[in-house]
Amino acid sequence: MSGSAEEVKKHIDVYMKVAGALAVGTVVTVLASFVEVGVALGIVIALIIALTKGSLVVAFFMHLLEERSRAIRWTLALTVVFWFVLMLVPLFTMMDHTGTPKTLPNANASESHAEEAH
Amino acid sequence: MEIPYTVTARPDTGLNNVKLGIWLFLASEVMLFGGLFSSYVLLRVGAVEWPAGADFVNIPIGTFNTAVLIGSSVTMVLAYASLKLGDLAKFKTYMASTVLLAVLFLLVKSYEYYEKISHDHLPSHGTFLAIYWTMTALHGLHIIGGVAVNGYLWGPGSSMFHTKRDQFIGRVEAAGLYWHFVDLVWIFLFPVLYLL
Amino acid sequence: MENVTTAEHVEHEEHGHDEHELSFLQTYVFSQDHKVIGIQYAVTAMLFLLFGFSLMMLMRWQLAFPGAPIPIIGNLLGQANAPGGIMLPEFYNQLGAMHGTIMVFLGVVPLAVGGFGNYVLPLQIGAPDMAFPRLNMASYWSFFLGGVVMFASFFVPGGAANSGWTSYAPLSVIATEGQTWWLVGMLFLIASSLLGSVNFIVTTLQLRAPGLSFMRLPFFVWAQLVTSFLLLLAFPPLQAAGTLQLMDRVAGTSFFMPSGLVVADQALEISGGGNPLLWQHLFWFLAHPEVYVLILPAMGIVAEVIANNTRKPLWGYRALVASIIFLGFMSFVVWAHHMFLTGMGTTISAFFQTTTMIISIPSVVILSALFISLYGGSIRYTVPMLFALAFLPMFGIGGLTGLPLGLSAPDLHLHDTYYVIGHFHYVVAPGTIFALFAGIYYWYPKATGRVMNEVLGKIHFWGSIIAINFVFMPMFITGLAGVNRRLYDGGMTYAHGQEVMEWNAVMSYGAWALGFFQIFFIFNFFWSIRNGRQVNDNPWQSTTLEWQAPSPPPHGNFATPPEAYRGPYEYSVPGASSDFTMQGQASGADPEPARV
Repeated sequence: MSGSAEEVKKHIDVYMKVAGALAVGTVVTVLASFVEVGVALGIVIALIIALTKGSLVVAFFMHLLEERSRAIRWTLALTVVFWFVLMLVPLFTMMDHTGTPKTLPNANASESHAEEAH
Repeated sequence: MEIPYTVTARPDTGLNNVKLGIWLFLASEVMLFGGLFSSYVLLRVGAVEWPAGADFVNIPIGTFNTAVLIGSSVTMVLAYASLKLGDLAKFKTYMASTVLLAVLFLLVKSYEYYEKISHDHLPSHGTFLAIYWTMTALHGLHIIGGVAVNGYLWGPGSSMFHTKRDQFIGRVEAAGLYWHFVDLVWIFLFPVLYLL
Repeated sequence: MENVTTAEHVEHEEHGHDEHELSFLQTYVFSQDHKVIGIQYAVTAMLFLLFGFSLMMLMRWQLAFPGAPIPIIGNLLGQANAPGGIMLPEFYNQLGAMHGTIMVFLGVVPLAVGGFGNYVLPLQIGAPDMAFPRLNMASYWSFFLGGVVMFASFFVPGGAANSGWTSYAPLSVIATEGQTWWLVGMLFLIASSLLGSVNFIVTTLQLRAPGLSFMRLPFFVWAQLVTSFLLLLAFPPLQAAGTLQLMDRVAGTSFFMPSGLVVADQALEISGGGNPLLWQHLFWFLAHPEVYVLILPAMGIVAEVIANNTRKPLWGYRALVASIIFLGFMSFVVWAHHMFLTGMGTTISAFFQTTTMIISIPSVVILSALFISLYGGSIRYTVPMLFALAFLPMFGIGGLTGLPLGLSAPDLHLHDTYYVIGHFHYVVAPGTIFALFAGIYYWYPKATGRVMNEVLGKIHFWGSIIAINFVFMPMFITGLAGVNRRLYDGGMTYAHGQEVMEWNAVMSYGAWALGFFQIFFIFNFFWSIRNGRQVNDNPWQSTTLEWQAPSPPPHGNFATPPEAYRGPYEYSVPGASSDFTMQGQASGADPEPARV
């Protein structure tokens, strides 16, 4: 962010608006979690809100929006790419096994025990 | 011997060393927490059953703590802006608020940990608790690191304001970037561990 | 040129009096000077290399003569490890795990990146020091602490880590206490490399001399830059994985422990629900880029030495740079080719074998460009050049034998056999370590003002190159026969290994001969500090900026801040007065206008 007092003051206005947005986002995400939409949709909604809040922090508080440095932009782009690769690890582990029922090795045994107990 | 570009920006990269350094560090932090989030997803989709966060955690307390941390991020950026305006007194006020809010976050977090221990919700008692403890503790360590740095910049470090003002502003900017990142991690940790 | 450097010398000496005196501790122990830190890194790493190699020489006794008492030193190993001088299987496992760990994390990487990177990189880009001298010091001491923890782990109950250098779960989680030390040691090492890589990237981008544009950077600097990005982005997931494994061991979590795990007929009392594959993914997410961390700086060193000793520019500099960047990028998406046999599924195997085949392309481009660089050169067979020349075919063998391993079908047969050991040792030992030797012989005069003895150097080279092939070439034979890499008796008790067992003794004699020839190097290294032939600042008639600094360079490196006026390898330029035109030499034709 650049130097002049005028601009800094303009920035402060923006900070306050972002702070308000973050507060709203926090409330919304908590409220949304009580709405019964199922696990999958719930995760999507929560992540969208988190992503929005995170983007606001990065864009305004960390001034990435004004960042003109190619070194920083390229580094972050590279990091995002590799981050996505890293997030594929669960897929790499699960793929080819999707559809296989997830049960504990002794799950049937414990179920039958439970029935006996009844 | 003087290392060039510690304070002023190098013309062709448009950066000083500190700023580039802290961004690179944050890039590696993204990968660190990425590894943990990735582990979380893998363990969760592989689990036979996954408890709702609410079974173990206290959502109002978590929401409060989220607000505290976001608040500290706001005061941090205001501290930096005050410094840009040359107002050391305001900087000190905002910086002190940042540190105090961070300490408040840690206290609340400690209370949550205390609650868990007293209910025997230990990391060894299930995958959710294991990842909850690991991620929040690692995040907590980052908070402690931030408190140390920000506390130093608020107290003894701030004498630099009078001698090497530009370098001091650079340091506060770097500390701010780090602090916002720690806040950012929590913005993702909160829904993942408390709400989903 | 001669006159210029002497003038700089005088100037520097006058300048030196102005600097305030540092205490002994600040100068040599807790130094913030990149050159001292570089030497600290290099010497520590070489000690660890020697130590790690000694572990292997012990193991080779057991492999050559299973069950026979180790002569002389057998009794020094302690009753717990080797009663009566006969090595126990548990001790063998410790040696194996620690050999890998020490060679990779405490030997080669600290030498290639911490040592050469710290010493040479700032000089080559004309910088007065690294961008963050204090972080640099912290990086070394974090590395040192990690090394101390790793070394100390040999003395804890149950000995050092014994689950292989890969520390696969769940074995590593239920292993003896040494594994916890291993994890703590790794956390220190990762912190160290993180500090180092941030420093290298900032230094390279920010402290380049005026006129030293990216396409004028020496190839070694490019190699270090790409390496630093790999360290920066690949190591943190292992930090995460290490933390998780530490939690498994200390806090009783089950991140890597599946439900229903039975050990020694006893169901473990764990909460379960973990996934052992997770460790392998996170580990190899680091450890495959780590392979390139091992090889890229070596390629950089070899490129410098080859350009200098062929007296002609590197062939295809731009292709080399593009390849090394692509190589670094691709190294993040090939890791699971280490895991074809984990049952992770055929779709994923197909994906990773494809990326693995793709990554071989830039490697071949680099190797070919270096080979073609030799063509038409007037080659000087100096000791560094001999090592650099040896690197080319040795790395070639290592790379080509990797192809069958990168394809999932042949890997079924070859996985975890001695073939794999042969493959990656050709890459790392006669590949990377030879390149590092080349670098030591090449930059020694810069650090000391003297060259190492040439006769001893040539004995070292010829002895090593012959002995090392006796160590690793037979591994392909035993590996193709199916002998597993981790057997305590070298495969003696397995029917399929019977026909190749005689090679075990051959390999062991090769290893000990290799050890013997290192004595010439060690002696040469220390003897030459005082007795080597004194030389001027640029004994190899090289072009890059580091040779413009006095030898050894003073604190702050250059008497006058250098500027770059041309590319890094202007050898034998037609019409020039000598067969090398230094980057910092302003006079004469300036083929492209200076850009910052």
